Amino acid sequence: MSILVFIDQSEGQIKKASYEAAYYGAQVASLLGTEAHAIVLGEAKEDLSILGNYGIKKVHHFSKSELNQFDAQVYSAILSDACKSLNTSVVIFSNNTIGKAVAPRLSVKLKAGLVSGAVALPELSNGFVVKKSVFSGKAFTYVSIQSNIKIISLNSNAFSIVKSTEIAEVVNFESAFPNTHINVVSTNKVTGEVPLAEADIVISGGRGLKGPENWGLVTELATLLGAATACSRPVADIHWRPHHEHVGQTGLAIAPNLYFAIGISGAIQHLAGVNRSKTIVVINKDPEAPFFKAADYGIVGDAFEVMPKIIDAVKKLKSQS
Amino acid sequence: MKILVCISKTPDTTAKIAFADNNTKFVTEGVQWIINPYDEWYALVKAIELKEADPSITIHLVNVGGADAEPIIRKALALGGDEAIRINAESNDSYYVAAQIAAVAKETNYDLIFTGKETIDYNGSSIGAMISEFLDQPFISHATAFSTEGSTAIITREIDGGEETDKINFPLIVSCQKGMAEQRIPNMKGIMSARTKPLKVVEPITIESLTSVVAFELPPAKAGVKLVDADNPAELVRLLHEEAKAI
Repeated sequence: MSILVFIDQSEGQIKKASYEAAYYGAQVASLLGTEAHAIVLGEAKEDLSILGNYGIKKVHHFSKSELNQFDAQVYSAILSDACKSLNTSVVIFSNNTIGKAVAPRLSVKLKAGLVSGAVALPELSNGFVVKKSVFSGKAFTYVSIQSNIKIISLNSNAFSIVKSTEIAEVVNFESAFPNTHINVVSTNKVTGEVPLAEADIVISGGRGLKGPENWGLVTELATLLGAATACSRPVADIHWRPHHEHVGQTGLAIAPNLYFAIGISGAIQHLAGVNRSKTIVVINKDPEAPFFKAADYGIVGDAFEVMPKIIDAVKKLKSQS
Repeated sequence: MKILVCISKTPDTTAKIAFADNNTKFVTEGVQWIINPYDEWYALVKAIELKEADPSITIHLVNVGGADAEPIIRKALALGGDEAIRINAESNDSYYVAAQIAAVAKETNYDLIFTGKETIDYNGSSIGAMISEFLDQPFISHATAFSTEGSTAIITREIDGGEETDKINFPLIVSCQKGMAEQRIPNMKGIMSARTKPLKVVEPITIESLTSVVAFELPPAKAGVKLVDADNPAELVRLLHEEAKAI
């Protein structure tokens, strides 16, 4: 019996979400009195033994260039073989675009119950029960997994990491796999920007900013803080900002350490996508804006007057540290 | 070409989320039920757009649900589905639901199956991938654009921090999200014709569930907002740095 954590490096490097999954997997392993292993598919671009820092004992590395390109059908076939040969009892994924495509396929292959969007360690006092986020962040549910093998995909930023200096043993792994049916024509990556789903800090703008030409207030603060930028649904719908920046119930649900909302009223659908954020700041000139009820800090004021002063204060803070 | 669109019934996005019976039941009183927005706005409307460009396409709808799902199925027919299948079962275990849809799909050999990227209630984001595994077909998740070129689909999908465009032969399963299409409102002709479109009810296959919901929980209430004077925004920065330790 062991725990197997899927480490996603399909986009060039190991993601923060995978480190969180590794650490989470190690905690699950210690709850169950076993070891946490990791599996990496495709050629590695970095030293995989550092996964030991996150509690992984052994890394199974299937280094093959054909696997550099992600395909859920191929990956799930390999992972299924790995789980069988390693006698895996719990498989951990990150609940991101890759995890969402592979974990359910593996669930069917192994007849293993899946909880996606986990926010806490499993509770073992009465079966195997995992807390997950539901109703787009407006509630949680506790889900019991009845199957022998269990799969958990972990929400990003739900679980904080404590690093050690341990290093993991890296071993080769091989198995047969089917040919991919997917022919990748092009990849278009937003470079130089912080990926929204994984960002610690998110600066977000709404219709209160009056037009795309005023987004400098958002992007300047984001650059200063190393933050990702986001927007409300109306802003994406009228094409002031790209669709992938839309956070909310029908856009992306995020849980950063700090969510900084400028000129967003805070409709219930928007709150659903951001209310797992640890600290919420709201800048809005309408004191009745519903967002203030969900916020930790707020300023009732005109964003065009307030934001430049905030940017100056952050510059001052950064120059002191 | 035959397209199957999977539709789920969810509470309206503005529904009050509350639980009863010691937090084990979702309170449905006063809740408006809708087609899951991802299923409707992106999966179904995209299928309709494809049919408008190529009238030889047929669109089937499938729902796993009780008789109370029929109003939303009729709405989907009014928007533009040709016929619908309701699998008469209620479950929140995605393995069970996906197995039911896969069993129906196997009977017709669809070229294309569309789902929304997730439902807005359970947020499982699993059904499309599970169906594709049951059918042993390729799966593209989080699609933001879709077009066809003969027997090939050209799909743009979201990846973390960007997007990727793929070419792939039918049959396949695609989960859809924002960008695929725009929300529509059914017109009177659609609403009238939906009444007479076929809505077949089939009984579920026997298959186990792998998970079950034990209880719900609402998040703890916020302590309340700390307001900073608009004349002194630097104080906000100080609080975020020293008190919240967020920057």
